[in-house]
Amino acid sequence: MSGLPNGERPESGTPLLEVHDLVVHHGQLRALDGISLRVFPGEVYAIIGANGAGKSTLLRTIAGLHSPTSGSVLFDGTDVTGLRPERRARQGIVMVLEGRRLFGSLSVEENLQVGAAFAREGPWTIERVYETFDWMRERRNQSAAQLSGGEQQTVAIGRALLANPRVLLLDELSLGLAPVVVQRIYGMLPQILAAGLTVLLVEQDVSQALRVASHIHCLLEGRTTLEGAPAGVSADQVEAAYFGLAGAAPGSAPERSEP
Amino acid sequence: MSWVNAIIQGVLVGGLYALFACGLSLMFGVMKVVNLAHGDLAVVAGYVAIGVITVAHIPVLWSFVIVVPVMAVLGYVLQRTILQGALDRSVLATLMVTFGLSVVIENGLLQFFTANSRGIGTGLALVSGSFSIGQIQIGYLLVVIFATAVVVLLGLQYFLSASRYGRLIRAVADDKEAAQLAGADYRHVFGIAAAVAFGTVALGGIAYGMYAQLAPTTGTDTILLFAFAAVVIGGLGSLWGTLLGGVVLGVAQQIGAQISISDETLAGFIVFLAVLALRPQGLISRGAQS
Repeated sequence: MSGLPNGERPESGTPLLEVHDLVVHHGQLRALDGISLRVFPGEVYAIIGANGAGKSTLLRTIAGLHSPTSGSVLFDGTDVTGLRPERRARQGIVMVLEGRRLFGSLSVEENLQVGAAFAREGPWTIERVYETFDWMRERRNQSAAQLSGGEQQTVAIGRALLANPRVLLLDELSLGLAPVVVQRIYGMLPQILAAGLTVLLVEQDVSQALRVASHIHCLLEGRTTLEGAPAGVSADQVEAAYFGLAGAAPGSAPERSEP
Repeated sequence: MSWVNAIIQGVLVGGLYALFACGLSLMFGVMKVVNLAHGDLAVVAGYVAIGVITVAHIPVLWSFVIVVPVMAVLGYVLQRTILQGALDRSVLATLMVTFGLSVVIENGLLQFFTANSRGIGTGLALVSGSFSIGQIQIGYLLVVIFATAVVVLLGLQYFLSASRYGRLIRAVADDKEAAQLAGADYRHVFGIAAAVAFGTVALGGIAYGMYAQLAPTTGTDTILLFAFAAVVIGGLGSLWGTLLGGVVLGVAQQIGAQISISDETLAGFIVFLAVLALRPQGLISRGAQS
């Protein structure tokens, strides 16, 4: 973690989630090429990057949906690289997949019940989800397929929260949603964090990510091009890291710079 | 009057076909496994019932208390081992594996039990007895089988809609990955679904052994074909569609038999073909159901 322009990270204690030198292949394609990161408790850690930069692959590998070629994923100090996704979910690594992915033939409430089926002990109950998202209660018997995109995204978040995660992985929350809906969904983040949660999110919308994140991490073609607190990076640095322009700003961390 | 009789018999025998079909439909709906060994497994269940009745001296009707759990365990184990192994490769692999299973079972039965056909509970009043309404004679057995089919379908519907594992089965059928991220091991959930499907197979096999005769080849030349026809006529993935499909198939067969006894099976498959051509989604399509 060298080259941090300023040290605003809550680096006290041990990281909740650590990724070491992760390499992931999709067939012949090297989708991730030596990615390392550390997420501390209570953080909102945002991974940004263009289409195909490997953001979703990184999140899916942390959740256990892809097996890495090499490298490791540590959760609360324990190596979880070999664990199946359902085991990781039960330990507290829970992911909201890109595209909402609700169970279309189940009702809203049944979707939430599935989310709670293997839950850890924790603050979230179906009742609390209904209190937090008040429209959901009266529409709980509706089929999930009948909801609007924004409503589906909210149910997907509610379903993930019901597992009482310790770290919540959010993949492209804004995808396919109207800007006003995206604002509303990101507006819920503080409420979610108040319940003692750590968030690792992937976002294509850079300005959105810069607004909510305590730490950003930019990927380009499977490599790290920039890392730091949003306040400490300039728009030019982000642009250079995002598009891979030559002569990236001096503050940017070169990929795999240090052990 | 004989036409009315044919229709009533057809409806009742449709219950038997629904017992064959609902397990096939469940396995396809949840795991996308087309189980070509489905009929042979019903025959295995029938032979197990015969064995249990002769060895343990259990009353014929109560044999299902042992056979259904035995088949359910077999279903779970088969799903967690060779079926899951095939699923991990491709859907086509499951076709080949279940076809292989079918061949192995059939030849195994031939080897150990010869090609002789045998019935279950022949001589019981329930099996051979009947009552009459006017000129129409109705066998007790077919009424019991039809009632069993309705109870099984009601039970399945309740299980799938109201129980924890039923909900997980539907969730996994919708989206395996999303279910995994909620902490569900889909392989275990598949195993549960297979256990339930094999339980219904067991009932179908015992019922057929009482209604007709079981031989090692009955599984593929009768049970599997009728199960397929009932599923396709009723609509793939629809639970009550299997009963409707079974009834339509049964009525078509009985009407065919009225015309000429040799046309019984043919008439059923003509209706099957007609549905495939004119309404390939089946009489109850899945979209309409959900």
